[in-house]
Amino acid sequence: MLALSEKHALSVERLSVSFAHGDQLLLALYGATFEVKRGEFVCVVGASGSGKTTLLNVLAGLDRPSAGRAHVHGRVALIFQESALLPWLTAAGNVELALELRGVKASVRQRLAHELLGRVHMAGFEKRRPHELSGGMKQRVALARALAQDADVLLMDEPFGALDAISRDLLHEELERIWKESRLTILFVTHNAREAVRLGDRVMVFTSRPGRVGHEVHVDLPRPRSLDSPELAVIAGRITDRLKHEMTNGH
Amino acid sequence: MATELAPQLQVPEVPVSTPHPVSKSAERVWSSMWPKLGAVLLTVVVWQLVVWSEWRPQSALPGPWPVLERLAADLGRLDFYAGMGLTLRRAAFGYAIAAGVAVVVAILIARIELVRRSVGSLLVGLQSMPSIAWFPLAVLLLEKNEGAITFVVLMGAAPAIAAGLLSGIDQVHPQLIRVGRAMGADGLRLYRHVILPAALPAFVGGLKQGWAFAWRSLMSAELLIAATSPASIGQQLQSARNLNDAQQLLAIMIVIFVIGIAIDSLFGSLDRLVRRRWGLLGNES
Repeated sequence: MLALSEKHALSVERLSVSFAHGDQLLLALYGATFEVKRGEFVCVVGASGSGKTTLLNVLAGLDRPSAGRAHVHGRVALIFQESALLPWLTAAGNVELALELRGVKASVRQRLAHELLGRVHMAGFEKRRPHELSGGMKQRVALARALAQDADVLLMDEPFGALDAISRDLLHEELERIWKESRLTILFVTHNAREAVRLGDRVMVFTSRPGRVGHEVHVDLPRPRSLDSPELAVIAGRITDRLKHEMTNGH
Repeated sequence: MATELAPQLQVPEVPVSTPHPVSKSAERVWSSMWPKLGAVLLTVVVWQLVVWSEWRPQSALPGPWPVLERLAADLGRLDFYAGMGLTLRRAAFGYAIAAGVAVVVAILIARIELVRRSVGSLLVGLQSMPSIAWFPLAVLLLEKNEGAITFVVLMGAAPAIAAGLLSGIDQVHPQLIRVGRAMGADGLRLYRHVILPAALPAFVGGLKQGWAFAWRSLMSAELLIAATSPASIGQQLQSARNLNDAQQLLAIMIVIFVIGIAIDSLFGSLDRLVRRRWGLLGNES
């Protein structure tokens, strides 16, 4: 392997993405440049319209860059805001499908799915269908499904945005644990500055439309962190100020 | 079956609020059955009243009782079942071909823009065209009754099935497609694992409607073809008319009605099963 790919999981260079919106061209990202080291947990915060979701789509290969380049070294899995489980499959079925699409042999899929659901504390819920699960449980299954893709990089698009505070807290712990165990690289998009500081080694603040990295904060607080700690609140406060600044500048 | 159950279910002293599962499910069956039984009863009463009014001689409009007796006698004859079997085989054969063709056509329309603009617009027109209108042409072209019947059933059922599947495919939530693609499903695998399962509830709706069209088309076609042995249901209807045998005619109409309803309710159960699995029914026990 190249030395570069040993060190970096993601490299984004002068990335611009535009969409046709009616008869005008809408610029979602303009000249975004950043790198994410292997094993790093990086959060992206930005107001709506800062191209965060577009960024993840490009990294996951669902959208094409208009200019510049975005490179992922390794396999990616994407976790969406709304639990995007396939409603006709059971929890285990959703995980097994990810295994199947990855080319895992049929004989071991069931056992692997069981193990993966166990890792996200969903053992015993294998046979449930998504509509029989709570929001937090669905996101746990989505996490297990992403792990089933055996990704090196996890792209998360406001995954806990729709959850209640306690479920969200528990899932933060869960995600942190899994990240440490499996040495994943995580790019986590959120609009919540506290959540970003709770989880990230580094927080990138995206500018408003068009989006690019406007500001960057290294979070040196020891893990595990508490959402309610005053140190965390101070850093999150500074980020929120930045966001407000961005939003008022942009309009 | 339903009429056999009814007297037992009418037995009183079924407490309204017992948690006992057997009486509860009996209650549910009864509460879904009685409006239907009531409708049948009402029909029979009106029918009998019309007969009693002597608006028409009994030879043209016999009462319910002689017709039921005739039906019972028919159901005791082996060749009656042979005819019914012939009709059902034709229905199943034509319907199966229709379903297969409809799936291919719907996927082609969904995938290829040019096909959508050409065949897609024809689909609506075909749906509104009575499929029996194809019959004379089919007889000329195929020079065979069986082929023509299959063709008419196909033309009756396929547009409805294709339209159901197509609307299901068109309405798949874009998020599910993103999910599938993010998991590495593309092309055919995206169809197999995401798009077709997501479209299944609408497809089942199309299948149900397609069955109704197939059954109608088949009955029309069977009225038009020359006699064969065994005599199909439609042919028996036609020969009853030729013989001025009104009892037989009405008995066969009842058979046609019951078969149609029975298969339709099978599709209804399938529809509910799929919707429950897909989480499309509000709440469930």
